[in-house]
Amino acid sequence: MFIRRTLPLLIAGFFGIAMIIQFFIPHPASRTFYNMVLDWIIIVSAFTYLMAVQSTVELHTTKIKRRVDGWQYSLIVLISLGITAFIGILGGAFTPSTFLMKLIPAFKPSSTSPLMYTYLYMQVPMQSTIFSLLAFYMASAAFRSFKARSFDATMLLLTAAIVTIGRVPLGEFIYKDFPEIVEWILKYPNMAAQRGILIGVELGIIATSLKIILGIERKYLGGGK
Amino acid sequence: MKFVNFINKLDKRWIYLLIALVVIIPFVFPVGCPMKITPPVQSIYNYIEDSIPENGVLLLGVDYDPSTMAELHPMAKALTYHAFYNNVRVLFVTMFPQGSGMGQDIINRTLEHWNSINPDMPKELGKDITLLAYVPGFSAVILKMGENIPATFNEDAYGNKLDNLSVMEGIKTYDDIDYMVEFSGSSVVLSWLIYANGRYNLKMGIGTTAVSAAEYYNYLQSGQANGLLGGLKGAAEYEKLLTDKHDFSGRNDASVGMDAQSAAHILFILLIILGNITFFIKKHQEGK
Repeated sequence: MFIRRTLPLLIAGFFGIAMIIQFFIPHPASRTFYNMVLDWIIIVSAFTYLMAVQSTVELHTTKIKRRVDGWQYSLIVLISLGITAFIGILGGAFTPSTFLMKLIPAFKPSSTSPLMYTYLYMQVPMQSTIFSLLAFYMASAAFRSFKARSFDATMLLLTAAIVTIGRVPLGEFIYKDFPEIVEWILKYPNMAAQRGILIGVELGIIATSLKIILGIERKYLGGGK
Repeated sequence: MKFVNFINKLDKRWIYLLIALVVIIPFVFPVGCPMKITPPVQSIYNYIEDSIPENGVLLLGVDYDPSTMAELHPMAKALTYHAFYNNVRVLFVTMFPQGSGMGQDIINRTLEHWNSINPDMPKELGKDITLLAYVPGFSAVILKMGENIPATFNEDAYGNKLDNLSVMEGIKTYDDIDYMVEFSGSSVVLSWLIYANGRYNLKMGIGTTAVSAAEYYNYLQSGQANGLLGGLKGAAEYEKLLTDKHDFSGRNDASVGMDAQSAAHILFILLIILGNITFFIKKHQEGK
């Protein structure tokens, strides 16, 4: 219980308070502590990738073992993960170094690094393609669902229409002051609403952070209630 | 009534086909509508043009992946060329694992093209431009850069020690960076604004996707960012500013896509109008 619950709470509380205090003390010792904590965060962040890999492997292995619907896709995920990691570790992310490139001018990172090759010629086209499908879905959804059912919906619809037209050169071609109207919408009504939301969000972040530091908020520890 | 029923039952595949056509046709038959430069774009251009001294340092954050590269890649490329024209050193940095690939792609393309059109003024990897190695833990990395940039990364993305690179000469903290433009479609922009600008006073501009641009007008008004490139149009405006001043023979990726985007936006509006007309006719008839 002490290791799983109390110790993490004490560590979170100590470092939370220590980081707040050090912010106001410009002493070299405070600076050294700050730099040390930053280094620790970077090191801990690197380990989260190991957890992500472990979690992915575990999830998809279970799916394959249980032969759940679409288990074949899990197999593809694991094979892709293995191959990418293999060529990444073996080939290096960006080999050869600039020194080698100077010696042999024909050496270019994109043409010689296997990982970069898979990135540019597999991942980039696949990810771009998937994201570009959004335009098709959005067009269909706008046609079917974007209706002026109420006053609020009508306002949203009109504003969206003006901004949509005004953000492309054709809008300016239709009416020369469209870009100014769009800038005005973004600079005033939009900003007022955004700022209100942001202030609310920031207050929420401060409140949650304080609750974590003081040990009131414990959900991040996991394990239910 | 027949028309209303037809529209209401319209197969979505027809809409998909229309979208495909209005995107493809303008690439084959470009129109080239005129374009006004908006103040947030002009502001970034002016800052790089007038306020960064020769051999100064421009930091470009490539915190995006292939899903948003259509909008953000042209921006990053245009700014890199602008820095080359003004003999400003360019440092790429990324907080995204996938951003490393994006940054390296820009460096490859711009260096190759620049050196082919300017053989008398060549630019070199490691001397004029480089990509800092990816280090996980983005908030901590941004903060750590404010204390010591070489100690945060140690190496560039090509495995070279930063201490040995002439592009890093005299660069220790954000104080030695003249300007930073962060390209991202995610909330990483906020981390840069809060930590690098807020805590270390790094002068910043933002390059983001059209859909995210509205979120950052707060930071423009507060002066935390001095300019904003919003979506493909922002990139196209920047390309226009660049080509108006310099004899740039490269492909203006964003400007090329502007006609297609214009056509797609107009189709969106027409579809919404059509959808609403049929909605009101149906509602009117149901009310009778």
